[in-house]
Amino acid sequence: MANDPSEKTPAPKPPADPSKPAAEGAAPTPPTSATPPKPAAPAKPAVPGAPAAAAPPKPPAAPPPPKEGPTPLDNELVRRLKARFGDAIKEATQDRKQAIVLVDADKLREISRYCRDEEKFDMLDDLTAVDWPKREKRFDVVLILYSFPKNERLRLKAHLGESEPVPSVCEIWPVANWLERECYDMFGIVFEGHPDLKRILLPDEWQGYPLRKDYDILKQDTDWVRENLGIESGQ
Amino acid sequence: MTNGQTTEITTTVLGADEIILNMGPQHPSTHGVLRVKLKLDGERVVDSECIIGYLHRGVEKIAEHRSYQQFAPYVDRMDYVAAVSNGLGYCEAVEKLLGTEAPPRAKVVRTILTELQRIASHLLWLGTHALDIGALTPVFYCFREREEILKIFEKYCGARLTTHAFRIGGLQYETYDGFEEDVKRFCNDFEHRVDEYETLLTENRIWVGRTKGVGIITAADAIALGVTGPVLRGSGVKWDLRKAMPYAAYDQYEFDIPTRPTGDTYDRYIVRMEEMRQSRRICLQAIENIPSGPILGKVGKVLKPPPGEVYHSIEAPKGELGYYIVSDGTTQPYRLRVRPPSFINLQAFRKMAQGALVADVVAIIGTIDIVLGEVDR
Amino acid sequence: MGHLIPSSIAPYVLPVVYAVVIVAVLPLLAGYIVLLERKVMADMQARLGPMRVGPHGLLQPIADAVKLLLKEDIIPANADKLMFWMAPLVSVTMALLAYAALPIGPAFQIADLNVGLLFILGISSLGIYGIVLGGWASNSHYSLLGALRSAAQLVSYETAAGLGLVSALLLAGSLSMKEIVQAQYDQGTWFIFSVPIGFFIYMVGSIAETNRAPFDLPEAESELVAGYMTEYSGFRWSLYFLAEYANMIIVAGIATTLFLGGWLRPFARWHDHFPGTSLEFFDVIPSLVFLGAAAYCFYLAPKQPVQIQKIVMAAFGAACLLLAGAMAAALFASPAVMAGIHGAFWFMAKVVAYLYAFLWFRFTFPRYRFDQLMRLGWRFLIPLALVNVIDVGIAIILRQELGWSPFWAMLLMTLITLGVAMWLASEGSKPASTLQPADTEI
Repeated sequence: MANDPSEKTPAPKPPADPSKPAAEGAAPTPPTSATPPKPAAPAKPAVPGAPAAAAPPKPPAAPPPPKEGPTPLDNELVRRLKARFGDAIKEATQDRKQAIVLVDADKLREISRYCRDEEKFDMLDDLTAVDWPKREKRFDVVLILYSFPKNERLRLKAHLGESEPVPSVCEIWPVANWLERECYDMFGIVFEGHPDLKRILLPDEWQGYPLRKDYDILKQDTDWVRENLGIESGQ
Repeated sequence: MTNGQTTEITTTVLGADEIILNMGPQHPSTHGVLRVKLKLDGERVVDSECIIGYLHRGVEKIAEHRSYQQFAPYVDRMDYVAAVSNGLGYCEAVEKLLGTEAPPRAKVVRTILTELQRIASHLLWLGTHALDIGALTPVFYCFREREEILKIFEKYCGARLTTHAFRIGGLQYETYDGFEEDVKRFCNDFEHRVDEYETLLTENRIWVGRTKGVGIITAADAIALGVTGPVLRGSGVKWDLRKAMPYAAYDQYEFDIPTRPTGDTYDRYIVRMEEMRQSRRICLQAIENIPSGPILGKVGKVLKPPPGEVYHSIEAPKGELGYYIVSDGTTQPYRLRVRPPSFINLQAFRKMAQGALVADVVAIIGTIDIVLGEVDR
Repeated sequence: MGHLIPSSIAPYVLPVVYAVVIVAVLPLLAGYIVLLERKVMADMQARLGPMRVGPHGLLQPIADAVKLLLKEDIIPANADKLMFWMAPLVSVTMALLAYAALPIGPAFQIADLNVGLLFILGISSLGIYGIVLGGWASNSHYSLLGALRSAAQLVSYETAAGLGLVSALLLAGSLSMKEIVQAQYDQGTWFIFSVPIGFFIYMVGSIAETNRAPFDLPEAESELVAGYMTEYSGFRWSLYFLAEYANMIIVAGIATTLFLGGWLRPFARWHDHFPGTSLEFFDVIPSLVFLGAAAYCFYLAPKQPVQIQKIVMAAFGAACLLLAGAMAAALFASPAVMAGIHGAFWFMAKVVAYLYAFLWFRFTFPRYRFDQLMRLGWRFLIPLALVNVIDVGIAIILRQELGWSPFWAMLLMTLITLGVAMWLASEGSKPASTLQPADTEI
């Protein structure tokens, strides 16, 4: 067979290109000051959704090489949001050239409506959550928005405590119906105003919220086996 | 064998009987374990509810306990019909997280394999959709073509269905001797085959009668419901991530984005047929000129992306497949979320099925093109 | 032999023999038509079909029959036992009874009724009872609904098919099957060439009558409502199955008799039109066909992988050879014997050709939805059939009263009917569907 896994190095068939890997994404860490002179190191076509495209100027906040982790963001969109909602917009950052705006959970619905109507983010790509148990407000509810006219993406985030509800955005983007149900199913986040908040992927009688960090898969398995089969799990 | 059907009859205020008909989860036409509850008024569907989760395997939870490379084979199992696309989305998302990119040669080979996979996925869709509507023959022809593509995959990476073809940073395997000839031969044969399928179905009165006007969704509804992929393009929205936010090597090739105005089943059928032709076009352009060079970028053995998050999506055959990965600096993702096109497109079923006849429900499920592995993960 | 049998029962001997032959041979024939269907389906789908049981699957029907006979007999708990038992019997009995009037050759007919066609049509209609009773007796919502749909479909399309037949009857002038064939001989042309539209209407109607694709929604597997046959398994199911294929052969037989010249050889009256020439080589075709089949069997026999398959293939070859010999020998026998044997061959050949078309349609077309099916029957086929009858009548008047030549009369009226058909078809393809995308919220 052509590709024997015992071959260690896949020898490139044509003669090696002298200007080989240095130009392309070299190190595991983002290229700090490697070769590319321009601040945007990876080639442009591969990077979708440069949110900086929204603002006419290049993102002034990004220092020449995109450093590790998020960097503060201050473009037109952020300024408009701040002007409209003031303190509800807690923070605006840019990570791997993607805009993230942290907002107040209570104002999520108003901000979403504004984003859909005024800023023309007409599609909700995804709605999910991340669990940071060590934080006081442990959940991050993340909405990924996309604007067809502007061809631009925006991420809205809200911090949420354990039993705090968050307003549902179902009436703004109907796609949120199942997405919020999945969040509820996996994290236990309650969305206020959702027409039919019940579990979607797991059986209705399931106890616990699997994607929380304190939900141990192994423990779940051994408990179930002990309870239902009466033996010790072999895990 | 009654296909797990149960009925309840409720009487509304006006005295008309509404029947609740349960379809599935084991049913020849639901393309997997999908349960659909239909509320019928005579022959018409008044409302419907999809009950999913029968194939939920907790892939997102598993991701938190695997390293990035270890998780790569898991993504194939989500949309198991088009595994190569899943792999492309995942590898590119992690590469973006790392701030790196695959070398040009890898990008082009990735493009070729992904487009072949798109053709294979659409062929499977066409065969099963036609079978549901009663045309017993196209499925065999479609699988005959799909077999050729799977043979190419097998020669390339050893697997036909769940391929794990790509690696983070590029490719592991060099293309085999004869890869270009095989792909060219397939593309040349395929041109006539698509026309063959069209002669069987496109102008057939019965086919048109079964699909025209069935399962209509307007563009505004589609966008509101987050529908992407051929379903969105069938409703008239000319949008394709390969052109809007190009990835891999798509910006180097010329291809069209087929759209149709009405948003019924027939339009989605035409869109997918045309997409197969365009995929073939991309393959032919790509195969002419595969750049030389390395196939794997300089990515270390141990991947520890700097803390942060990224969302990257590609145009999978079923729609926009997105990966949202949060990294905390360790070798395992902190949170990996998959934006599954089938899950979100299936939500539109309720809207599409409203007012349809019972016999059309099967056609509507088929036209959304879902794979339960992706719906449930 | 005549003086051995008492004259009181002499008229009954031959029909009884024929009846026994038909009842004995028909299940076998139906089984082999199923095998033919599977092989033809496989051929159209670029695959091989049954190959293992017997050489090239030739013993598959026997294996299927044995399996069905040995299956457990399951009756649903709350089913009406008497009806459950009776329903398949009704279907099969009616299907077999219709053979009484079907002429398989000039000499091979159980009963030469002077209302033969009416008898067959009437008995076939009674077969619908079997379907409805089967759906009722299954004690299942969906079987009943499927059965009622099936019955509605059958009744609608029988009307259309019957009217299609009437157009040929106008030319034949008699309901007796024998005389219809004789009329085709007398007029020197098969009625398919005189009334092609009548043939088309009858063909579509007969496909719907036998629940074949594209009209097989009531029994399609991938639809929600499973058909009336759901709760039947094993031998009872095989009775329904036998009834369906027997029905198929009956409608093929009617079509052959009425439109395709029955047992007449192609160009049967050539010597009348063109004296001096002869197309007698057509008479050699039956033996040639069987010789060819035998040669093919003997050619394939050594290539079979297993010894027993080689033997079976060679046996089939020998059987074909025997039949070829019989056909050839008939050439030298008396004209009555020759007409009988060759007539039977031509009749079966035409029936098989008609059934091949059935099979072809099944694997080419998707299925009609039920409302589209009913609309097609009532709003296209029946009006067309009525117009066709009227037009054929006008053509006959033109021929007999005004002395037009048959050819021009028929051609003119066929073209007029064709125009009406196209108008009706265009009416039908206007969007009659009342589906509207709902504006309500999800």
